Amino acid sequence: METLGHLAHGFSVAFTPVNLMWCLLGTTLGTAIGVLPGLGPALTIALLLPITYQVAPEASFILFAGIYYGAMYGGSTTSILLNTPGESATIVTALEGNRMARSGRGGAALATSAIGSFVAGTLGTLGVAFLAPVVVKFALSFGPAEYFSLMVLAFITVSAVLGSSSVRGLTSLFVGFVIGMIGVDLQTGQPRFTFGMSQLLDGVDVIVVAVGLFAVGETFYMASRRYAGKDEIVPLKGSLYMTAAEWARSWKAWLRGALLGFPIGALPAGGAEIPTFLSYAIEKKLSKHKEEFGTVGAIEGVAGPEAANNASAAGVLVPMLTLGLPTSATAAIMLSAFQSYGINPGPMLFMTQANLVWGLIASLFIANIILVILNLPLIGLWVRLLKIPAPQLYAGILVFATVGTYGISQSPIDLVILYLLGGAGFLMRRFDFPTAPVIIGMILWPLAETQFRRAMTISNGDWSVFYKHPLSLTLLTLAFIGLIGPHIYAFIERRRTRGPEHVPGDA
Amino acid sequence: MSTSDQQAAQPRLAVPELLIGIGLLACAGAVAWQTLSIPVSPLYSKVGPTVFPYITMVGMTILSLLLIVAALRGGWQPEEEKETPTDWKAMGIVAVGLVANLVLIQPLGFTAASVVMFVLICHGFGSRHPLRDVLLGLILALAAYFGFARALGVNIGAGFIENQLNTVVDSIIRMLRG
Repeated sequence: METLGHLAHGFSVAFTPVNLMWCLLGTTLGTAIGVLPGLGPALTIALLLPITYQVAPEASFILFAGIYYGAMYGGSTTSILLNTPGESATIVTALEGNRMARSGRGGAALATSAIGSFVAGTLGTLGVAFLAPVVVKFALSFGPAEYFSLMVLAFITVSAVLGSSSVRGLTSLFVGFVIGMIGVDLQTGQPRFTFGMSQLLDGVDVIVVAVGLFAVGETFYMASRRYAGKDEIVPLKGSLYMTAAEWARSWKAWLRGALLGFPIGALPAGGAEIPTFLSYAIEKKLSKHKEEFGTVGAIEGVAGPEAANNASAAGVLVPMLTLGLPTSATAAIMLSAFQSYGINPGPMLFMTQANLVWGLIASLFIANIILVILNLPLIGLWVRLLKIPAPQLYAGILVFATVGTYGISQSPIDLVILYLLGGAGFLMRRFDFPTAPVIIGMILWPLAETQFRRAMTISNGDWSVFYKHPLSLTLLTLAFIGLIGPHIYAFIERRRTRGPEHVPGDA
Repeated sequence: MSTSDQQAAQPRLAVPELLIGIGLLACAGAVAWQTLSIPVSPLYSKVGPTVFPYITMVGMTILSLLLIVAALRGGWQPEEEKETPTDWKAMGIVAVGLVANLVLIQPLGFTAASVVMFVLICHGFGSRHPLRDVLLGLILALAAYFGFARALGVNIGAGFIENQLNTVVDSIIRMLRG
């Protein structure tokens, strides 16, 4: 059991007082930003990227991982008490959780989501510890052609397969490509997409893009919707201790959610939406209390999706660490943190940076324990955060957005780009374009280009490397099916049902 | 997305979506212009710096055309969004706050500019307690400034307020060290 040895070593890294402090700081901050609507882990980690110039990689990744996990816990609190999902992954939790809170069982809903998150988060982290070395062994045989094809597959899955529209998802992705290419081409030294501006030679920082899309865009969006009506905070009622019946109804849902969430998260497709929705559907089908779904709120409908959400968050770390393949905005920003240290995530990471990787994985176990404590006995503290009024909350977010952006190079040009991206972020939010593909595209496109060039250099400019290698061909075929398949399926369905009516939103 | 259904759908033009499509097409045009202006050395023939820009250009063009087609066929706005009127005034005030920050941050420094922005954004969101907002904004901006500038070592534009406070903080630190 090689993994257990590594894990033991990882715990020796994570259990140093300094690293425990980073873990505590990260989980606390993560819970807070998860609770606050309008702030997410991607934005927070982006704002904290400058920390990578100050502290050791172990410390900053333990901090970031704490934020990442913490946001998942905190997001469910907001979903349950406010019915405004704090995170896209907790939309489903709001369905039943908020109904439970309204019928006076908010305490039980919070308890099942926190304990479920703990169970699934721990199982998911175990999954990372045991699956990652397997993927690493497999990935060592990858050449540049395979990496390129794998990235193509990830591009398609994160933009075209998940989400409401493949055209809009791909549009977001290509906008990310354009942003990612701004600056000097590292291989030939040619400036690209700089419009003759010297300030753009270094490229656009991922901080500016993340903050612009997530903070400024969100602020505009919330300002524009003051007529939309507000969700009321449901006062926290009911004991935080679950009854025996509630335990009995929860634990199977936790396990099923975790088993569903982790593998889907670990696929190079990622995304927590699919496993949470699947888990909800399964729990609804299996429940003996179907009448509670959609009425007073069913506890299984909170327990399952919450577990699925946390397990898939852990799963996303597998392709990120082993292949350097981020499949969520947060993972993409973590990847840029690796780049800032000059570390390339990928199979070699587990050999060259064993301290970092295993310390990080061990800290995830600790983070889960801290989080369940932070989110159950201390829940009252987080509920108070929900009472921060929107004007001051969003104004404050923008103060921090300015710090993060202006701090990069004290250039007002960065602020101009930030605000333009904020305007774009508003339009994307308003017109239902996903934002995560922009971040993933801008980080991953230059890496894909590097792998492509490497493959072409090795093959002496022969394009056939991409389809003559069986693995590469398989990945490209999967990507093609992902792109075309859903449309063919929809076409056949429509033919069969002969329902020619136009559905808005199928673009 | 099948074209065979086209005659059955009631074509009603969606103006905002059409503008987005046209805007993206313009972006594709800008990408094309910038791609064509990348100088390619004839010595470097294998995979030059223009291959990926060309792929991006083609992709952007196709996607913006698909979006324009979707806009011509009724758009894709979610119903819920369509029914909520946009509060242009609130957005305008927020935008003014951002521009004020942009203009003031160099002459006045980060803290002063942030306070102005903070108050304007609060006003845009409907807060009617400007004095309280000034105070809150000041506390928050100073916390952000000292958190990032001193703890993280990020250099943020210092103005009058920051310089005064930095002197004070430095002298306190010196005093504590004896």
